[in-house]
Amino acid sequence: MSDLLVRGPSEPEPTEDQERRLLEVTIGRSRRVRNRLATVWMYASFVAVVIPLGFIVGYVVAKGLSVLSVDWFTKPLAIISSQPGGGMAPAIVGTLVITFWAAAMAVPLGVLGAVYLHEYGGKGRLARLIRFMSDVMTGVPSIVMGLFIYTIWTLRFGLSGFAGSLALGCLMLPIVIRSTEEMLRLVPDDLRMASYALGNRKWRTIITVVLPAALGGIVSGVMLAVARAAGETAPLLFLIGASRTVNWDAFTGPNSALSLQIFTNATTPFAAAQNRAWGAALTLVGLVFILTIIARVVAARFSLKHQ
Amino acid sequence: MTPPTLVDETPSPSPTDPERLKGLTSGGRGGRGDVVFRWVALLAGLFVLAILALIAYTTTHEAWPAFKLAGVKFVVGTTWDPVHNEYGALALIYGTILTSVIALILAVPVSIGIALFVNEAAPRRLRRPVVTVLDLLAAVPSVVYGLWGILVFAPWIQPLYQDVADACKGIPVLDSIFGGTASGPSYMTAGIILAIMIIPIVTSLSREVIATVPASQREAAYGMGATRWEMIRHAVLPWSRGGVVGAIMLGLGRAMGETIAVALVVGSAIQITSHVFLPGYSIAAIIANTFGSAEDVGRSALIGLGVVLFVMTILVNVAARSIVTRFDRRAQGA
Repeated sequence: MSDLLVRGPSEPEPTEDQERRLLEVTIGRSRRVRNRLATVWMYASFVAVVIPLGFIVGYVVAKGLSVLSVDWFTKPLAIISSQPGGGMAPAIVGTLVITFWAAAMAVPLGVLGAVYLHEYGGKGRLARLIRFMSDVMTGVPSIVMGLFIYTIWTLRFGLSGFAGSLALGCLMLPIVIRSTEEMLRLVPDDLRMASYALGNRKWRTIITVVLPAALGGIVSGVMLAVARAAGETAPLLFLIGASRTVNWDAFTGPNSALSLQIFTNATTPFAAAQNRAWGAALTLVGLVFILTIIARVVAARFSLKHQ
Repeated sequence: MTPPTLVDETPSPSPTDPERLKGLTSGGRGGRGDVVFRWVALLAGLFVLAILALIAYTTTHEAWPAFKLAGVKFVVGTTWDPVHNEYGALALIYGTILTSVIALILAVPVSIGIALFVNEAAPRRLRRPVVTVLDLLAAVPSVVYGLWGILVFAPWIQPLYQDVADACKGIPVLDSIFGGTASGPSYMTAGIILAIMIIPIVTSLSREVIATVPASQREAAYGMGATRWEMIRHAVLPWSRGGVVGAIMLGLGRAMGETIAVALVVGSAIQITSHVFLPGYSIAAIIANTFGSAEDVGRSALIGLGVVLFVMTILVNVAARSIVTRFDRRAQGA
C-alpha cells in the first residue's frame, strides 16, 4: 500500500501498522478498494498475455523438437504427406531466398525514401503525404498485397519465388521507411553542421556522416522488418507455387516456404503431417527469433548513446 | 626601393576571393550530385504512393468482370456460390467485422491494462521483461498462431464453449449470442486468436501515448491526494484518450486484414449468425482457402473481395492515422 503515500525524503519509513492507520484516516474504503482493483487489473492483463505466449512457445518447441533431425535440414519434402519421412530443406531454402530478395529490394528503397522524408522533405506537404501514406501502407493486409502482385506479375510471368519476394518487399517497404526515419531523427544536427563546415556537400554528408551514425538503428529496424516478412504466409499462397525439391533460383520455377508448409500441413488430418507443421513452425520461429535477437544486439551495440 | 617594414602591408587576399577559393570547392559537379541524390531519394519516397495507387487500380481492373456480373449485390448479397456464379459477399464482410470486433473487445482492456502497468504500476525491474514479452508476441508469425489455434486451442476450448452455450439456453439475448451447438473452430476462436495477435500493437502504441502525459499532470493529481487509480482516471486517461483510440483502430485494421490465422481457425462456413460459437468465414480467409482452386470469374470475384477488404482497411487506417498524427502534433506542441 506504500504506493498510495507520498513521503518526504527525510521522513523515516512508516511502519506497516502506522501506514494502515494513516490510510484508513486519509483515504476512504471505496477509494482504496477501487485503487486495489485497478492494480489487480493491470497485473492480470500482463499475466493474460504471458500465458498464451508460454503455451504457444511451449507447444512449438515441445512438438517441433521431436521432428528435427539431420534429414529435416537436408532432405526434400515428403512425397506422401500423410506418411512420416522427408525433410524441410526446400522450404528453408525457399524462405531464405525469397526473404533475401525482398530485403534486397525493399531496404535500399526504404532507406532512400526515409532520407528524402527526413533530410529533404522535412515538414513539406509532399513529405507529409508520403509519410502518411507509408503509415497507411503498413496497414494494407498481406493477402491484398499478394493479390496485387498476382495481378501485375504472376498473370504475366508465372509462379516463382521472386513473385513472393515482390509481395514481401512491398510489405517491408513502409516499415523500413518509418523505422529508418525515426533513426535519422536521432542523429544530432551538430554532426551535419560539422560535416558542412568541412566543405562536404549535402549528399556526401548524408552518405558519409548521417547514415553511418544511424546505422545501428537502421539495421535493427530492417532486421525486424525482415523477421516479419519471413513469417508471412498469405501473400505466398498463390505466388510461389509448390516445389518438392530445393530451388535456389528465385527467378525460375516454383519454390517453397516454411510458412506455407505449416499452413498446408496444419490443414490435413494426418498426424505425420501435423508433426511436420510443428517442426516447420519451430524452424520458422527459431529463424525469426534469431533475426530479432541479432536486431537487438546490433541496436544495443551501435546505438548513438554508446558512442 | 622601399624600406623594410615590420608589417607586410601588401593587401592580403580576402577570404572570399574567388582566386583563393579555387581548389577548395568542388565546382559545379558536386552541386549536380546534390540534385541527383535528391531526386533519387524523392523517387524512392514516391514509390509508396505509386504502389498504393497501383494496388487500387490493378486489383479493381482484375475484379471488374465479377463486379459487373454481380452488380451492387456483390456487397449486399448473402449468397457466395462460385459454382453457380453467384457472388454476394455480405456474409464474409460480416465475418470479418464480427471476428475483429470480438478481438477488440477482448484485446482493448488487456492492452490498456498492460500499457498502464508498464508506465504506471510495474516495478522498475519488471518493465523490461514486459516489453520483451510483447516483442516476442509480435514476432511470432501469424501462421504459428493459426497452427496452435486449430490443433491445440480449438479442441481444448470447445467443451467450455458448450458449457457456456448450455448455461445460456433460454435466456433471451445471451442465448442468441452464445447459444447453439458450439464448434471448436468458430467466430469466437478466431476472435480470441486475433486478440492475442493485436495486443502487442495496441499496447505498444498506447504505451507511447501514455508516456507523453506530462509529469506535471501526474504530480498535480497526486498533490491533491489522488490514489494511483484516480490519478490514472483523471490525469492519464483524459490526456491520452485520442492516441489510445487511434491505437485501437490500428489494431482493428490489423485484425480485419489478418488472414492465415483466421483461415485456419474460423471454421470455413459461410453464414450470417449472431451465434459466436458457430463456424464462420472472413474475407481474407476465403481468399486464402479458395483462391488456388478458383477459375475465371470465381478468381476475379476473389480479387474483388480483396478490393473490398483493401477499401475497408484503408478507411480504418486513414482514420486511425489521422487521429494518431493529430495527437502527435498536440503532444509535441504542448
